[in-house]
Amino acid sequence: MDPMEALVAQIQGLSSTPGDIARLHIILKQADDSLRAESTRLSPVLGQLAPSEHSLGFLYVLDAFTSGQISKQQAETSVPIITGFINACNAEQIRLAPEKFVLVCKRLKDQVMMLEAPIRGVGPLLTAARKLQLSTEHLTPLHSDFLMLCVLAKCYKTGLSILEDDIFEVDQPRDLFLYCYYGGMICIGLKRFQKALDLLHNVVTAPMSTLNAIAVEAYKKYILVSLIHHGQLSTSLPKYASSVAQRSLKNFCQPYIELANSYGTEKIAELEAYVQTNTEKFENDNNLGLVKQVVLSMYKRNIQRLTQTYLTLSLQDIANTVQLNSPKEAEMHVLQMIQDGEIYATINQRDGMVRFLEDPEQYKTCEMIENIDSSIQRIMALSRKLSAMDEQISCDQLYLSKVGRERQRYDFDDFDVPTKFNI
Amino acid sequence: MDADDETFAPITDEVGANGGDEQRSRRPIISGDHLDIEAYASLYSGRTKIMRLLFIADHSSDEKVGNPSMNLEALRMAYDEIKKGENTQLMREVAQKINGRLGPSYELDSAWCDAVDHRAEQKKEKLDNELNAYRTNLIKESIRMGYNDFGDFYYAHGQLGDAFKSYVRTRDYCTTSKHIVHMCMSVILVSIEMGQFTHVTSYVNKAEQAPDALDPITIAKLRCAAGLANLEAKKYKLAARKFLETNPELGSHYSEVIAPQDVATYGGLCALATFDRTELKSKVIDNLNFRNFLELVPEVRELINDFYSSHYASCLEYLGNLKANLLLDIHLHDHVETLYDQIRHKALIQYTLPFVSVDLSMMANAFKTTVAELQKELEALITDNQIQARIDSHNKILYARHADQRNATFQRVLETGREFDRDVRSMLLRSNLVKHDYNVRQLRKL
Repeated sequence: MDPMEALVAQIQGLSSTPGDIARLHIILKQADDSLRAESTRLSPVLGQLAPSEHSLGFLYVLDAFTSGQISKQQAETSVPIITGFINACNAEQIRLAPEKFVLVCKRLKDQVMMLEAPIRGVGPLLTAARKLQLSTEHLTPLHSDFLMLCVLAKCYKTGLSILEDDIFEVDQPRDLFLYCYYGGMICIGLKRFQKALDLLHNVVTAPMSTLNAIAVEAYKKYILVSLIHHGQLSTSLPKYASSVAQRSLKNFCQPYIELANSYGTEKIAELEAYVQTNTEKFENDNNLGLVKQVVLSMYKRNIQRLTQTYLTLSLQDIANTVQLNSPKEAEMHVLQMIQDGEIYATINQRDGMVRFLEDPEQYKTCEMIENIDSSIQRIMALSRKLSAMDEQISCDQLYLSKVGRERQRYDFDDFDVPTKFNI
Repeated sequence: MDADDETFAPITDEVGANGGDEQRSRRPIISGDHLDIEAYASLYSGRTKIMRLLFIADHSSDEKVGNPSMNLEALRMAYDEIKKGENTQLMREVAQKINGRLGPSYELDSAWCDAVDHRAEQKKEKLDNELNAYRTNLIKESIRMGYNDFGDFYYAHGQLGDAFKSYVRTRDYCTTSKHIVHMCMSVILVSIEMGQFTHVTSYVNKAEQAPDALDPITIAKLRCAAGLANLEAKKYKLAARKFLETNPELGSHYSEVIAPQDVATYGGLCALATFDRTELKSKVIDNLNFRNFLELVPEVRELINDFYSSHYASCLEYLGNLKANLLLDIHLHDHVETLYDQIRHKALIQYTLPFVSVDLSMMANAFKTTVAELQKELEALITDNQIQARIDSHNKILYARHADQRNATFQRVLETGREFDRDVRSMLLRSNLVKHDYNVRQLRKL
């Protein structure tokens, strides 16, 4: 235990100033292997260290402590330790060893899943992600794990808070895919279909050299959400999607594409029949709930079309046009849509008539002006960011070397790019 | 125009009545008699007469209006006409169609066929020899005449492809613009018979660009040909314009292709289906030249006037009566339904245009249909965005609805902002991914 005690003393002593911490970091790296060897006897060591002051040291010890197989009882004890550490640790110190931190958090996630209580991991991982981020635009591997736990624990609102941030910097593409996929699922759960569509769109059109399963699953959900929200599916991916995606994505999602085609014919009976015959496939992908919502959205779309042509319409006529079974059902649908704010109408039960009204929004209120103003500010900020990025790339060494190489072929009287940029 | 003044008087009665009112004096609408085949055929000459008669024979057997007697009558006249010519192929066709129903004098006359074929062989040889002689002598004019004769020969014998080729060959030997025009006219004739209307258009253009001024009859003929080509191509508006520009000197000079009654009918219907109100007035009703044509087909004149003065019921009645006969016309057959639909839609739209609210039962009365049917038609037009209105199904009233520009603009602006935001953000994200990928690759290379 002697080396342990010495290590503990060093951690306690060298955790105050940045210079000391740097030295401590080097010492810890050297001691890493010996720590791992002693993993079983490390719990008292953890007791001696304070997570808030000695974060780096605590982290290394914790990492060694949790490495290796852990049983359910051990998980019971280690989860609170890790949770406590995450809540209390010092952000700057842990940023010195990000991979270890990520590793520890992943183990927390595994243990929480093993204990079948994903909700215990939601709070800690949120804090962890926020602490690890260099800025709110930065995506860490923890984001995707956090969102996965949110989906499993059904804490959609917590997940939404982290989705509100825009992401611009990504370390690993895989993190982004998972982040967007789980994020999309959370938004679908909260019925924010536009945001879900954006997130899934990002996955599907991300640059990738080979097709991966995440993109395929994301595309399936993308098709369904696109049908619910827009009522149609654009048949081809935009040009900036990778060529692999454009070619092969459709082959893996055949039943969904056919569903979209059947939706396009606007015949509800056909759509329902198709869903019936393929229920198993949709269920295997866990998409049956979404598919049912697609069918529902078709009724809604038909009723919305009626608002364009009629001022008043009897419930019986609505039932006939939209192919519902009875005026009662039509009334329920219309009522639901009014409550959701999808149409503006009043139902006159005495005559069995529905009166469609215009959108009362007049765009004259203060809120609307504030809304427009904030949108303008936001877009101006984005433009500035775009120009900044453009400038940054023009000064980038790799870019210049590539461009410099090509330019030399064509322009003789341009300035020669200095040779050190040619690789 | 008097019609306008009348409608300013008790508006509700007049507008609602729309020609259904007994008290107004109106000319008796001629009911659609079955087509008088003799009169119809006498308008045409040459190959088109035969083709039209055959078309009538084919279609009168399966039309609801047709009757067997018309079928036989047409075939009989076709047979007589073919006998006057030299086309044995058509003779065999007609004889087969008649199938002995007209008695022994109308059977396949093999002797006649053989004689004609034999004569044709001889003539062909003769023409061939002559042409070769001319060709060795390299006399341009004679070569041209030679090819021309060949073309005429093939045309008379029904070998339209060869006729076309021969006529086109004369092009190299044309010296004056008169020759060019003659060639173009021949090619146009053959192309129309073959049904290849793209050639018709190109040769009409060629003829119109000939350096010398053309005489009015030729100009009229070219306009008709262009109109026919446009009609076949379903470009109804252009077809209408061409037909309306035809000057009345055409007379019966183009009976190998078209009769002046046809010019009136085609032009009138296409104009009615595609022109808006101002054009209709300036180009059709006030068009003095076209009036001469319209006099020949008083029903079309009446129906155009009725449409313009908003007497929709009588207009649609005229149209209904004409329909049976128009379906027997070789050029118009495929387009009758489309044109009729377009005219009906225009009538509906024009009816609702001046009003803020319209009572659907009065409108149904004016169009002689039921309210339910009318509602369906109006629904289709509104969904298509041809009528800006909404239906109050409870009270059966149509209310005009004007889009609120201001709100629409706000919505569009907000939507554009959102899209821009979304697109730029995903673009920045993607470029970051690409940069990462590129960095990784570079690192690996180094």
